[in-house]
Amino acid sequence: MMMSAPAVVSLRSVGKTFESGTVALDGFDLAVREGEFISLLGPSGCGKSTALRIIAGLSTASLGSVDWPEGETAVAGHIGFVFQEPTLMPWANVAANVRLPLQLAYADDEASRAAVAQAVGRVGLADFAQSYPRELSGGMKMRASIARALVTEPRLLLMDEPFAALDEITRFKLNNDLLTLWQVLRRTVIFVTHSVFESVYLSQRIVVMTPRPGRVFAEVAIPAPYPRDERFRTSADYAGYCRQVSEALSSAMAGGAS
Amino acid sequence: MSERVLRAGLPILVLAAVIVLWDAVVRLNDIPPYVLPGPGLVFATLVQDGALLGHSLWVTLVTTFEGFALAAVGGIGLAVLFNQSRLVEYSFYPYAVTLQVTPVVAIAPLLLIYLSQPLAVLACAWIVAFFPVLANTTLGLNSVDRNLLALFDLYKASRWQLLWRLKLPAALPQMLAGLRIAGGLSLIGAVVAEIAAGSAGAGSGLAYRIAESGYRLNIPRMFAALLLLSVAGIAIFFVLSALSYLVLRRWHESVLPQER
Repeated sequence: MMMSAPAVVSLRSVGKTFESGTVALDGFDLAVREGEFISLLGPSGCGKSTALRIIAGLSTASLGSVDWPEGETAVAGHIGFVFQEPTLMPWANVAANVRLPLQLAYADDEASRAAVAQAVGRVGLADFAQSYPRELSGGMKMRASIARALVTEPRLLLMDEPFAALDEITRFKLNNDLLTLWQVLRRTVIFVTHSVFESVYLSQRIVVMTPRPGRVFAEVAIPAPYPRDERFRTSADYAGYCRQVSEALSSAMAGGAS
Repeated sequence: MSERVLRAGLPILVLAAVIVLWDAVVRLNDIPPYVLPGPGLVFATLVQDGALLGHSLWVTLVTTFEGFALAAVGGIGLAVLFNQSRLVEYSFYPYAVTLQVTPVVAIAPLLLIYLSQPLAVLACAWIVAFFPVLANTTLGLNSVDRNLLALFDLYKASRWQLLWRLKLPAALPQMLAGLRIAGGLSLIGAVVAEIAAGSAGAGSGLAYRIAESGYRLNIPRMFAALLLLSVAGIAIFFVLSALSYLVLRRWHESVLPQER
């Protein structure tokens, strides 16, 4: 049934060579369908972040093409991006940071205020809207960053190892909250991670990548139903999927190194 | 004793000790006032010549302030211009450096030939003060967080939005550091130019008073004028530090209290 959903974005044999000569991506293919939660999994330096930046338009492919449905790319705010660091403006409070994408689009004041309040509420920061980034914990900063990515109601949410720098307890909590948000909002999410466990817990589909140059080594579907919670995290099914994905990743690294 | 009391109290204690010592040296050695006046005499001169010195202080302060304002506008404006266009930066930055490294004492006499005296003094104050503003603001504008730049790119921010909403606020700490240096330097620039013009004899600023009092061997008045100049410099530094604190206190590391 997922197969019938329309494509949000398709990458066809995308290659990326940096000026230094490093080949980050080579023949990378990916079709992302509407409403899907998909993870790009691979070791550091496998080009998964590069693929994400190419989708976001922050970097350009040296080869191949990135195809969008008719007339979709031109709209700013169509894509939400969450960086590995919270990337908040230190001189602005949470509300002002979340409001930035709307301000850059010259959105109406009244409507912006409502959208900001909603986005800040969704990530559980309603009481901290007036706080400055330095007053927040790492997890809260990341929540603010997610609220900013959601405020334009993007169809596609790109997340570049957003929880990599957080402690495990905070990461689990944010994983749960992200899944809850995803089920409510039904946005398409492309999530980059180097954690097998995180990718299995979150995604419907995991794209395992080879290192240098990055290309798709295997795709693993995780058909476990949502909502997923701590019971899933401790289930035998979860352990089985993790083993399957780990094995795929090991083969990808062995193959890529040759 | 708390840190704050020590920080405010110790310099005052040192000042008091120096004044007492100064007074003692002058008294015990019977040094005549045209060689070294005692602190009491300097203070009396300050009161007695109050009107004259006050007027001179005002003249110097106005020049300093004008030089500072022009340096701020010129320094920040040039930094923004350089940031917008690499070609402009490559073309003119070396000359900004040249202007900075050429000693202003050497430029002042030339400026006095071509410009009216108040204008020449102002030009000197500007020349020495604008470079730190330019250099610091340029550094700030160029060290914006790469991810924030990518974010603005993602939301298709205009050049103006990028400058106004990201680069200028991000550069604010460095810009204010530049302005703090420029405040002191514009006073120095004004004083140097006044001294250089002093021999032409048309000025009325504090530095001119010092030069003039020197010719007349009115040493107590030299000290009184020097004292006023120091106080003016200190006041400028404190005002600019306070401004920097007020602007940055909500978010910048440099002014945040450290928990121990």
